[in-house]
Amino acid sequence: MTQTADPRAGAPAPVDEIKIGGLGASRRRVEDNRFLRGKGNYFDDIVLPGMLHMEILRSPMAHARIKSIDASRAWAIPGVRLILTGEALATRNLGWMPTLSYDTQAVLATDKVRFQGQEVAAVIADDPYIAKDAVTAIQVEYEPLPPIVNPEQAVAPGAPIIRDDKLGQTDNVVFDWEVGDQAGTEAAFATADVVSRLQLHYPRSHPCPLEACGAIADYDRATGKLTAYLTSQAPHIVRAAVALIAELPEHQIRIISPDLGGGFGNKVPIYPGYVVAILASILTERPVKWVEDRTGNLISTGFGRDVYLDGQVAMRKDGKILAVKMNTLSDHGAFFADAQPSKFKIGLMHSAFASYDIPYAHMASRGVYTTKAPGGVAYRCSFRVTEAMFFQERMVQAAADDAGIDQAEFRRINFVKDDDFPHRTPYGFLTDSGQYNKCLELALKEIDYEGFLKEQAEARKQGRLLGIGISTMTEPLGAGNSREYDILGIKMFDSAELRVHMTGKAMLRTGAKTQGQGHETTWAQIVAHELGLPAEDIVVEEGDTDTAPFGMGTYASRSTPVAGAAIAMAARKVKAKARKIAAHLLEVSEEDVEWELGRFYVRSQPARGVSIQETALAAYSNMPDGLEPGLEAVSYYDPPNLTWPFAAYVCTVEIDPETGVWDVLRFVAVDDCGVRINPLIVEGQIQGGLTEAYAMASMQFITFDADGNCIGSNFMDYLLPTAWETPGWELHEVVTPSPHHPIGAKGVGECATVGGPAAFVNAVVNALSHLGVRNIDMPMLPDRVYEALTKRTDVSGAPPVKTD
Amino acid sequence: MFPGRFHYASPRALDEAVELLQKAEGEGKVLAGGQSLIPLLKLRFASPSILVDINNLPGLDYIKVESDGAFRIGALARHGEIERSDDIARLQPTAAAAVPVVADPIVRSRGTLVGSVCHADPQGDWAAVMIALDGSVTAYGPEGKRSIMVKDFVTGPFQNVLSYPEIAIEATIPAPKGDVAGGFLKLERRVGDFATAGAAIGLEFNAGRVSRAGIALTGVGGATVNAEAAAEALMNSSLGSDAVMRAADLAAEASSPKSDHRGSADYKRHIVHTFVRRILAGIATDQERAA
Repeated sequence: MTQTADPRAGAPAPVDEIKIGGLGASRRRVEDNRFLRGKGNYFDDIVLPGMLHMEILRSPMAHARIKSIDASRAWAIPGVRLILTGEALATRNLGWMPTLSYDTQAVLATDKVRFQGQEVAAVIADDPYIAKDAVTAIQVEYEPLPPIVNPEQAVAPGAPIIRDDKLGQTDNVVFDWEVGDQAGTEAAFATADVVSRLQLHYPRSHPCPLEACGAIADYDRATGKLTAYLTSQAPHIVRAAVALIAELPEHQIRIISPDLGGGFGNKVPIYPGYVVAILASILTERPVKWVEDRTGNLISTGFGRDVYLDGQVAMRKDGKILAVKMNTLSDHGAFFADAQPSKFKIGLMHSAFASYDIPYAHMASRGVYTTKAPGGVAYRCSFRVTEAMFFQERMVQAAADDAGIDQAEFRRINFVKDDDFPHRTPYGFLTDSGQYNKCLELALKEIDYEGFLKEQAEARKQGRLLGIGISTMTEPLGAGNSREYDILGIKMFDSAELRVHMTGKAMLRTGAKTQGQGHETTWAQIVAHELGLPAEDIVVEEGDTDTAPFGMGTYASRSTPVAGAAIAMAARKVKAKARKIAAHLLEVSEEDVEWELGRFYVRSQPARGVSIQETALAAYSNMPDGLEPGLEAVSYYDPPNLTWPFAAYVCTVEIDPETGVWDVLRFVAVDDCGVRINPLIVEGQIQGGLTEAYAMASMQFITFDADGNCIGSNFMDYLLPTAWETPGWELHEVVTPSPHHPIGAKGVGECATVGGPAAFVNAVVNALSHLGVRNIDMPMLPDRVYEALTKRTDVSGAPPVKTD
Repeated sequence: MFPGRFHYASPRALDEAVELLQKAEGEGKVLAGGQSLIPLLKLRFASPSILVDINNLPGLDYIKVESDGAFRIGALARHGEIERSDDIARLQPTAAAAVPVVADPIVRSRGTLVGSVCHADPQGDWAAVMIALDGSVTAYGPEGKRSIMVKDFVTGPFQNVLSYPEIAIEATIPAPKGDVAGGFLKLERRVGDFATAGAAIGLEFNAGRVSRAGIALTGVGGATVNAEAAAEALMNSSLGSDAVMRAADLAAEASSPKSDHRGSADYKRHIVHTFVRRILAGIATDQERAA
């Protein structure tokens, strides 16, 4: 062996970041060990001594005055401990509660019921069977009032006032709100060569997590402490809300969100069931469990969408977009309870057209009350970004068709260019980065765009209907920056607390709350990347407000952008302290200490070093004078901006002209979510998101009949796709790191659900475009497609459902 | 799920099961596969005083083909067993086409053909298949056994002619007198969804001409629709395009669908027309190929 002047002589081999499960490692999900073995710990698995069970009586009617409630037969059933009605709650000032959109919502109905499924009474009993028997024994006398199932009915002259509980509410309008440059937009429209107009309805859908909502409230009179196990994506917000609404001292409230069986935004709001269970526990001094059933979940909890669009695009002949107008009309149900943190009444709807270079835009949004369940911003959607991007991509397709320009070329003409970042969007957002054209070109190449167009033309001659749909969009993910986002005044930061133990193992807690996203796996990888500790040496805990640092929870794809950044920053604080310890151990000054993954060493003497684990040991056993013992850090991260991932989705379909049944031939997805921490998990998120997009496009919606009955209240009517009909997804990636995120990551959880639906609809409409069809409302059920292709018209899906 | 209170019995003999039902004075329900009954209990649409579970009755889980080609299917034969039956695949094309699209694999592993026919869901699959095949149900009660044609057995939505405390113990498909052909198509929004519309066709041929025909429709009426006139239009034909169109027209006429969230009445009628045409065209192609 020859000796060389290897500068690393004597130094240990560098740590292989992929091997320790760091950034870019497709590490298998550690949480799956317990989930796949049936060892998850969901709230319904929790049984407390002396626990009572609660059941809720729901309104069978959409709109009715409550004339009387007679619970005497229910009280007579042995085992019934408590029956609560709105009247009982009102005596404690809990008949109504504030919503996160600064409206009020009935906890248990006092005066009227305002949607089918509204909470009317609750029974607390020894077991759930008795509770169920008892709610069916409560007799409620209703005086029916006219139901209102769409905005048109809501604003029609003479429509009954749904919110007659609110002083000064003289109509069913929730808000009128606008954004953008109206004068500039009008001026641009006046000079346009072509104006394209599109009207459509994005139907109401439901997040439908497989675990419905529920709670166990446990008030201990001896200690004065309330412990509540809740299905919450944001346990700290619940603690704050309980402190503010129920006026319990915040330090005596502990909210625990255990393993969650999915959330998708459904578990952000605070539901009447939680409030009633807490009150029931305080009154009975026993733990009270409430398990929402499937129907209760589907008909009463936070839904998504239900927005009507009237959109216009002004263009030059060459396809350059000059301005955009969007008028939205949103159906919020009986209470304005959108669980969203922005200052904008219609959420982030005006993030639309962020990926296109458009000088002027204006949006006018009206929200209305109807006699339907409250909500609107849930379902894997950053506060109506899903509608924004769907509307955008449907309008872009119609505009390209109206301008007579190829779909792909039209996008190329109007995309924001790679060197034009940060870019101010027409409605005022600031996008951070992207390579839009690169993503689109990759998608087109993978699907063989030109080849398909030829095949489509050939097929048309034989009467076959082939279509291709493109959806390209960037969306704002991260729900943060404290300037514009808050919930109940609490700013949208997030947090991480990292404790490195003496042996170099670590515990990480964050203010986020995983619902299946794989935080326990991914978060450890960020620490591994920053400190070189093997990911398997780091345990991640979330969801207990007594132990986790204060954070705003998980929704809006915000965990990696915000909590993920906090984790990196906390790890960097730990590293800074470890560096001081390393200097002490190496007997050099701190300035002479260099870092490589997992190890400090003396500058120009790589062989003289200490591992991060050795500094951890020293932090508890051999700390330098003047330095506090221990090796831990807390970081609260207020993101400077949202992160802006991009996606290009291209879908091809064939329609059976005799039945309207359509099949997906291929679906190519190119996602640019910045740096991928765990590619396996990212791909899982995209596949799940595309499946939900396919569901909404093809089969899934909540609708109502003319009497206000909810159609979609169980799995016979509300359809979740199975592996059988779900298409295969072809996934590809482009990486444009976020310039402001500590590790360059962007949000990704919602991209596919947000961008996916337009690809399917654009493909089906493209297959029928030669027949003059411009729109078919989702879900594109076979009968709607058949109607469009035979009558050569657009097909609306707005409620009420058409009956004989 | 929190159904209302009920008693449960698991008899070991058929007579005991009938007796338990009799004692319940009209309030008892038979539990076989449970794929419709359990959801009804869960939603409290049904609140029987007793569930008589027949799953432990011996000798009801058979799928037998007689020497003359007749099928006898016991009350405990699961959809999945019918799906995997070589005899069904070889000899009974209508049932073979229907069974893979009955509900979903989970339901098929528990649910039964006899139970499905008894449940008489207007959107169910098996009643249509059995009507198209001139099938019967055998009922057993205090008076003994009787056989009822399925077309007379199913009388309305969720209604059959069983006379309490009779138990349906078997379904039969009669022996064919000619060459058997058939098919089944249904439109569903998703695997396991109830039919938007569906058609079952059973035919027999003698010397290349239709000697027996049955057409029944699901999802397009208050009960399973027996499209007798449509079937009649096929008799003695060799499935020429006129006969096929006439049958499709008459089947569409026989259906009386309602407009709902699955589609308009006109659309459902159109699907019936399309499916009848497609099944018959498929059979005609097979016949040509065989000839």
